[in-house]
Amino acid sequence: MRNKMFEIVEDSISVESLIEKVEDRNAGAITTFIGTVREITGEKKTVYLEYQAYKPMAEKMLAQIGKEINQRWSDTKVAITHRIGSLDISEIAVVIAVSSPHRKPAYQANEYAIERIKQIVPIWKKEQWENGEAWIGDQLENVPYRAGKPDIKDEDHD
Amino acid sequence: MIEVLLFAQLQEEVGKDKVRLDIKEITVKEIKHQLQTQFDLSQIEESLVAVNEAYALEDDVIRSGDTVAIIPPVSGG
Repeated sequence: MRNKMFEIVEDSISVESLIEKVEDRNAGAITTFIGTVREITGEKKTVYLEYQAYKPMAEKMLAQIGKEINQRWSDTKVAITHRIGSLDISEIAVVIAVSSPHRKPAYQANEYAIERIKQIVPIWKKEQWENGEAWIGDQLENVPYRAGKPDIKDEDHD
Repeated sequence: MIEVLLFAQLQEEVGKDKVRLDIKEITVKEIKHQLQTQFDLSQIEESLVAVNEAYALEDDVIRSGDTVAIIPPVSGG
């Protein structure tokens, strides 16, 4: 394959390049999700973020998410790129592109992808504030690890 | 020899990104306990363990030559 569909990178992400990866003559819709670095979270002001990944496994898990999407929504094409390293406010941390013959699966699959990234992909975010720093975990606040393992297999079929 | 990769908070606590354990065979549950005892890690309970880049269960057996990663709660996206 010329382009990697699931990738962890250290440089800025081109949204256009992800769109190109999922283009298809049978597609009637392409959705993109662009995750950016937010300045204010609660009462804390972020100066910049640092992302770290277990790169080979993270790319495998992104590919797994793509596979799950293909099984749930037929004829979809998925590309995901996540950036690591230091990111400034407003910079792009993740881009997800999904193409599909019809728009609804493209929207649904795209949302599914970002939710799964937050569950199973080994990437960590460290917030740097004006007066401190901390690694952030369990953003979903649903304690997905209590059972000892994240929901790796897809369970609910909608 | 089992290589254990550490990330995020755990990496900072130990002061390095990997440690080597001279062990032939150990379960996931046991290795968590051993790391906890040896390094007094804060997040080992809520961390998952990956063996050769795949999530493992508590009773799975790790063998010499395997690459283990301790995966604290993730926060990508």
